[in-house]
Amino acid sequence: MNNEFEPTILAFVCNWCTYTAADLAGTSRMVQQPNLRLVRMMCTGMVDPKYIVKSLLSGADGVLVSGCHPGDCHYINGNYKARRRVKLLNEILPQFGIEKERVKLTWVGASEGNEFAATVNNFINEIRELGPMEACSMAVV
Amino acid sequence: MATTVKIQVDGNNPVLALQGFLKGLLDDESIGGILVPVHLFEKGLPMPTLVTDSAKLSGADPLAPAFSMNSAKLLARLTRGQSGERIAAVLRPCEIRAFVELVKLNQGSLDDVVIVGVDCMGAYDNLSYKTFLGDADSFQATLDFHGLIGGEADTVRNGVDIASACQSCEHPAPQNADVVIGIAGAHLHESIPVMATSARGEALLSGLNLPDIESANGRDKTLESLIAARIVNRDAMLEKTKALTGTLTDLSEYLSACVNCYNCRVACPVCYCKECVFNTDVFEHKPWQYMEWAKRKGSLKMPTDTIFYHLTRMAHMSTACVGCGQCSNACPNGIPVMELFRTVAARTQESFDYEPGRSLDESPPLSVFKEDEFQETVSHMA
Repeated sequence: MNNEFEPTILAFVCNWCTYTAADLAGTSRMVQQPNLRLVRMMCTGMVDPKYIVKSLLSGADGVLVSGCHPGDCHYINGNYKARRRVKLLNEILPQFGIEKERVKLTWVGASEGNEFAATVNNFINEIRELGPMEACSMAVV
Repeated sequence: MATTVKIQVDGNNPVLALQGFLKGLLDDESIGGILVPVHLFEKGLPMPTLVTDSAKLSGADPLAPAFSMNSAKLLARLTRGQSGERIAAVLRPCEIRAFVELVKLNQGSLDDVVIVGVDCMGAYDNLSYKTFLGDADSFQATLDFHGLIGGEADTVRNGVDIASACQSCEHPAPQNADVVIGIAGAHLHESIPVMATSARGEALLSGLNLPDIESANGRDKTLESLIAARIVNRDAMLEKTKALTGTLTDLSEYLSACVNCYNCRVACPVCYCKECVFNTDVFEHKPWQYMEWAKRKGSLKMPTDTIFYHLTRMAHMSTACVGCGQCSNACPNGIPVMELFRTVAARTQESFDYEPGRSLDESPPLSVFKEDEFQETVSHMA
């Protein structure tokens, strides 16, 4: 893709782990590309697939869902539920030409600020490589 | 040992014989009512009807090739909570499978219901049924549709064929029924085999004192060839739909006649939410918001969120889709909705190794999880 394309990434992160890690990355002055918009959720287990679908249809080029490591969920098992939902979208979206790389699920713990910054930077680079979402250029969505 | 008995057919009229069978069920003191398709008027669609007086069974037509709606939701309403009486429900295989899904979601119960499944030779959609009927008497039309032997390959009448959902349905035989009326391969003008497929069905059938038969002659073979033909149709349908909807633009064009009426959702037996988000004020936007969105690209299709609606429904119910085709039946603009949803469902159901309606013991995929699964879904940074 051309070099001018700057992706818009939406991230649904859980309050207890990844959001705290994002905070840590910020206060530690880690360098992150400015393409990410964070949405703080109480848990990744409350990320309905439709939030991800709506994001992709409304201007996001990629969606990051990030929560606590398995076993660490503040609500015991919300992250396992999130994994099944992302798995479901991995099956549905590619049928309509939406690359499954556009939806990324990661586990980033509260103390892993460096991990968060790396995840974000890598994901933004991947999406920049992949190019814009088809929906961005469609007259009818 | 499963009991197989037969319903004797007199006067070349299997529908009359089945009405007699249902009367027998209703006379059994354990059954308070029967949910069965009934011709309520001389013309028009037979509707699912809860019959408590056996005299009212004279309009019952369990064999009518009409499928006005999927009765699973109606049966859910009849079994959610206590009525104090047990009912029987005469259902198509896809209605039973959808009902099983609703039971898993605690929206219906099998406690006080006897499921009478009928081998399904397919049905016309609601508009085609009218054409199929023409000027004929509705009962006579049913008899003509089935011919002499259940499971005839040719289903075109008056220039219309059975719904595409039925043409591509690989489940013509009832699963999870208590009693199965095995019309496939049966010589319908002589007798109709009836099988008990559960203890409850066994108890009921033994009370009716019907004559035993050795086996449902030819049923397995008829079903086998029916299923084989339908799988060929199904696979061709899936391929065709995949080719038509490979990109978002293609999908958008496929759904271009959609007016966001949400009839497909209302007709869907497994769209289980009590309140659908698309009916809430989440989608009542302010005028300035529409203006903003329109300005972003120079135009905005109204109504908005059409693709979003369909993709959301796929995410919510595709693992439970039984392929009954009522979504297509309900679409006012003839969008092949069933084809689209079955194509998605084929992949989502396979990925969770889930078949809706197969077993009550299998939990809906999104209601459970395992600690050690789908590792490939999670990305790890180096």
